[in-house]
Amino acid sequence: MRLRSRAARRAGLNVLGVLVALVTLFPILWMVSTAFKPAREIYSLTPHLLPAHPTLGNFRSVIDGKVIGLPYWNFLKNSLFVTLSSVIASMVISLLAAIAVARFRFRLRTSYLIMLLIVQMLPQQAMVIALFLDFRSIGLLDNLAGLILVYTAFSIPVTIWMLRSFVAAVPREMEEAAAIDGAGPMRIFWRIMLPLVAPGLVATSVFAFIFAWNEFIFALTFLGTDTAKYTLPIYVTYFYGRGTVDWGSIMASSTLFTLPVLVFFLIVQRRMTNGLMAGAVKG
Amino acid sequence: MVRTVSGQPGRIPGPESPASPAGPAGRHGPGRRDVPGARQRVAVFIRRRRLTPYALLLPSAIAIGLLLFWPTIQIAEFSLQNYGLPQVTGVAPTQWVGGANFSAILADPEFWLSLRISLIFAAVVVPLTLLTGTLVGLLLNRLGPKMAAFVSSAAMLAWATPAVSASVIFIWLSDPDGGVVDWALAKMPSWLGGGAHWAGFSWTNAPLPAYTLLTLLVVWQGFPFVAVSVLAGLKTIPAELHESARVDGGGAWRIFWRVTYPLLKPIFLVLLLLSIIWDFGVFTQAYLITGELGNRDEYNLGIYVYDRAFTMPPSYGIGSALALILTVILLIITIGYVRASVRQGAVQ
Repeated sequence: MRLRSRAARRAGLNVLGVLVALVTLFPILWMVSTAFKPAREIYSLTPHLLPAHPTLGNFRSVIDGKVIGLPYWNFLKNSLFVTLSSVIASMVISLLAAIAVARFRFRLRTSYLIMLLIVQMLPQQAMVIALFLDFRSIGLLDNLAGLILVYTAFSIPVTIWMLRSFVAAVPREMEEAAAIDGAGPMRIFWRIMLPLVAPGLVATSVFAFIFAWNEFIFALTFLGTDTAKYTLPIYVTYFYGRGTVDWGSIMASSTLFTLPVLVFFLIVQRRMTNGLMAGAVKG
Repeated sequence: MVRTVSGQPGRIPGPESPASPAGPAGRHGPGRRDVPGARQRVAVFIRRRRLTPYALLLPSAIAIGLLLFWPTIQIAEFSLQNYGLPQVTGVAPTQWVGGANFSAILADPEFWLSLRISLIFAAVVVPLTLLTGTLVGLLLNRLGPKMAAFVSSAAMLAWATPAVSASVIFIWLSDPDGGVVDWALAKMPSWLGGGAHWAGFSWTNAPLPAYTLLTLLVVWQGFPFVAVSVLAGLKTIPAELHESARVDGGGAWRIFWRVTYPLLKPIFLVLLLLSIIWDFGVFTQAYLITGELGNRDEYNLGIYVYDRAFTMPPSYGIGSALALILTVILLIITIGYVRASVRQGAVQ
């Protein structure tokens, strides 16, 4: 009797879990499904979850660049360039800082950590005014390098905090043993610290990646007139902002912008846990 | 707990204080000799003065100083100036105007409207996000490991979806021509609030429907973070505590308020403050759902700042003064967040 009620409760919880997952995934599924629908089905009076006659027409017109005059690859290239550059820069900078705050005791340490917490909260729509004027005077508007600088600076307060706990988790005894064996600080860094922090670097870089890939307000403000320089978020709103609303193209462009980051996130999420567990077993 | 004997890495004997100063490589050519020597002198200087941590912090300090601190100072400066289009083009000089920008803002009914919208929005969205996230977190804690991984992955996909895509998707879902929301509402029985009058209903043309849509969107993107944080907190509570509470005859409601909530209170406080900071000035989603710029009766404080600064003719002075007001409001909440974090021992 008791066993059966427990099984029933478990089944009920699982149904609830599936329901939560489906409701949460529905908007994403609807975006992908709309992207594959021909116009007749998109504006049909009774919408269906899956396209009856799937078509690649929306994707073709987006990738060819019929509306905007430039192919999708141009904007993908811009977004990848900006995102990867800022992720690499912020990983290097924040790993150095994380080692400082996790491995050393010094006078300004606590103040620095608290400063990092505070600057995370500075509103971007406030900062963008001053940075727009600064970048205009030094010629960094309509320039992807300007975005790389901003994305790096805005992600490091978070990534230092995240990396700090990964660095602190590396057993100090291993470094000390290597030092006794005659390894210098650089060798200890490359041979011990870096391999052991690597899973943490991956986890942290996901956050830096998502921040830079998704960022809208700086890209909107800095890339005003030069369409060829647009990153993907601005590219998607370009379709949305043209008087005649073609939801097939908008959903296709939005799918091409969203799916890479979601797929990347899912892959890394699994690898992240595996890496962390492998590190724990080996350590 | 167990302290190691050699607690200070700097004291370990090793190649850090080598007996042979230049090494064999230094003797190969006459010109090369000075290079490793100079580099070593710098290294020795840094180590003697215990400058290593400061050297490691230097790149991040420069980046944050130039791109976060300096703009903040500039905004404070511009907020006291008549910085606009004539000053940018050089037609008229930049002048200090004292508090004129601020008194203009305080006399502007649009400022008070946008502030009211931001406050009401945060007051509705923050509790909804925390409630939804907590319920899903409690559910995840009761599910088997595979099911929990599936549901939390699905939820985190909503969190990782770019704000631009999420906004565009929600606008399409609620579109008057072909949107699935109006279709479903029209099909629903009238006792659930459905009915034919929903067909063709426009969600983005008036403030209340637009902010209802924005609420759903921000809760959809915000609850996964809360759920996963609550789940992480629940994992730290020993199972015996819940078990003994259940043996004592407590229902789920009672157990939550008597056992779970007191233990997770620090986490809830941090989540509450973070959600307020994120939702009060929400920009991208609000900007797209209210139809970019132009619908002035739908501005929240974040959009109002942006509009005043950049819409032609630009007024960087007024915009900076507004930006300063927004920053100060958020910093006040941030102080609470920092104190909560420090009390939790995050800054050890």
